[in-house]
Amino acid sequence: MSAERGLRMGVVEVGTALAFALAGAAAIGDSLRIGTGWGSDGPKSGTFPFWIGLILIAASTATLVQAVRSRAESGLFASWAQLRLVASVLVPTAVYVGAIPFTGIYVASAALVAWFMHRLGGFGWARSAAAGLAVAVACFLLFEIWFLVQLPKGPLETWLGY
Amino acid sequence: MEELGLLMQGFVVVMEPQNLLLMLVGIALGVLIGVLPGLGGANGIAILLPLTFAMPPVSAIIMLSCIYWGALFGGAITSILFNIPGEPWSVATTFDGYPMAQQGKAAEALTAAFTSSFVGAFVAIVMITFIAPVIAGFALRFGPPEFFAVMFLSFASFVGMSKGPPMKTVCAMMLGFLLAAVGMDTVTGQLRMTFGSTEMIRGFDFLVAVIGLFGISEILCSIEDGLRFKGERARIDARVVLKVWASLPKHWWLALRSSLIGCWMGITPAGATPASFMSYGVARRMAKDGASFGKGRIEGVIAPETAAHAAGTSALLPMLTLGVPGSPTAAVLLGGLIMWGLQPGPMLFVEQKDFVWGLIASMYLGNVVGLIVVLVAVPWFAAILRVPFSIIAAIILVVCAIGAFTVSNAEFDITLMLIFGVIGYVLKKLDYPLAPLVLALVLGDRTEEAFRQSLLISQGSLGVFFSNWLVSSIMALGFALLLWPVVSWVLERFNAHRSRTGPALPRGA
Repeated sequence: MSAERGLRMGVVEVGTALAFALAGAAAIGDSLRIGTGWGSDGPKSGTFPFWIGLILIAASTATLVQAVRSRAESGLFASWAQLRLVASVLVPTAVYVGAIPFTGIYVASAALVAWFMHRLGGFGWARSAAAGLAVAVACFLLFEIWFLVQLPKGPLETWLGY
Repeated sequence: MEELGLLMQGFVVVMEPQNLLLMLVGIALGVLIGVLPGLGGANGIAILLPLTFAMPPVSAIIMLSCIYWGALFGGAITSILFNIPGEPWSVATTFDGYPMAQQGKAAEALTAAFTSSFVGAFVAIVMITFIAPVIAGFALRFGPPEFFAVMFLSFASFVGMSKGPPMKTVCAMMLGFLLAAVGMDTVTGQLRMTFGSTEMIRGFDFLVAVIGLFGISEILCSIEDGLRFKGERARIDARVVLKVWASLPKHWWLALRSSLIGCWMGITPAGATPASFMSYGVARRMAKDGASFGKGRIEGVIAPETAAHAAGTSALLPMLTLGVPGSPTAAVLLGGLIMWGLQPGPMLFVEQKDFVWGLIASMYLGNVVGLIVVLVAVPWFAAILRVPFSIIAAIILVVCAIGAFTVSNAEFDITLMLIFGVIGYVLKKLDYPLAPLVLALVLGDRTEEAFRQSLLISQGSLGVFFSNWLVSSIMALGFALLLWPVVSWVLERFNAHRSRTGPALPRGA
């Protein structure tokens, strides 16, 4: 095993199996609420999800047992350095997705492209901003004008008259 | 030979100038999608699907299926030149393709890959042309129990044939079924598992899930390994192409065997990826000097590429005839059929002859066009990977977001896409297969409907799934596949017990 430090595989395995079991439990709970048996017009709405939930819990428990047993020899899920790289993509993307309802998709996209180029690609601000603007304009022409698909727009587009 | 007549009519449809143009656009887009990390056949088509609503269904399916062929071709380019499999099914192509490129034989490897892709696809299309109408005719007699049995069989074969741990396959699949059940129950109108949220009433659209699971997660996975692609250069000239083509006929048996493996794996929903590995493994075992595989043997390129393309193509057979897709990409195409207002399943062959035969004819033509396009344009497509990753990744993220939004014009879907992306990243790293999740999400409602209708027929008795020889044998086959991991585990234990010191079988190839 490498000396590199990071998030251990066993931890993620156990967490994921638990999450699966939780999803199964939620399904069973909701199915019991709406009925799982035989109704007046055939199987009730909860029947199918109820059994699926049961199978999911069984399968994730088996996976969980397996993961706990082999926890010792499991390697790294990802090193901290790798996770930092993943975060450097994931965090700006989350901000991007969160910003779309407020700024519209074009402004947010321009900002995302510029940010990626500057921070991850090491390009200067001027070139990054120009590329971001180019991508946004290209998308606008392609979708709003050519394909006539309406995408989320914000104050800037309103100000420009769209 | 009724099929040939119908096929000719199909060619007439495909030859319309507008459709030919869409075919070229589709192939070019497809190769581009295949080359770019984070965009693959499944999510590429999912992103473009909303743009085809205004087109006639035949034109739309021609363009989208050509994107699929293009993506199948494109995967080979990055595998051979950059040692990066652009698509999961081209992983096996890197084993011998990249060593060939390092030895300066990139052009030979690429020509062999493209040509054998073409051969594999061709064998599969011929099979579809003649077998599909037969299966569809047979399936016209299916009732709800038979349809449920077919779905059961395809999901069981995921469990039985997957390379990963079978319990993880079951987990992923059940999650897919649950996600499919969220929202309005189509039979009783009751809301299920929305937990009071109004956004959840619509349920989860599988296109959004596909874009997140295959697109966003792929970006996250590839960023882990750093931001740079290193690759070999290649230009294909006519002399090399002719030289390789002259040498190919002596590999006819390899190609035929790989095609058959691919066809089989494509029809059962195991898919192109295991087919390519299996075909590579068989080729290595059957060769006299198997040890030289992995060091740049042309057979090591021919075998996986032929099988992957044959599997990718024949995955459309169950999609067209039964409405049960054989791969995630076929599942997305199936979603397209539903959105264009067509009912997938055997009735397509009766009611939508133009559509079906237009699609089949476009497969023939699309693969010829695809072969020519990739042979001519390889340097340009390879140049795309020299664009810095920071630019490509940002643009792909933007494209994915736009794609997720346009599915049903909902901003909430973009958030869902991101969540699915993170889920996909974790599941992929933990060896949970994503294909069964997507297929369960697509087929969940119809599986449940078939299940409930069957029970209505029998007044609640599960015996309906064993009520005649047809449904019984499909169910029995399904159970056999489902229990296969248990059987093989017992056999393995038994063998290990008998020969503790025996040589270990080569794994993973």
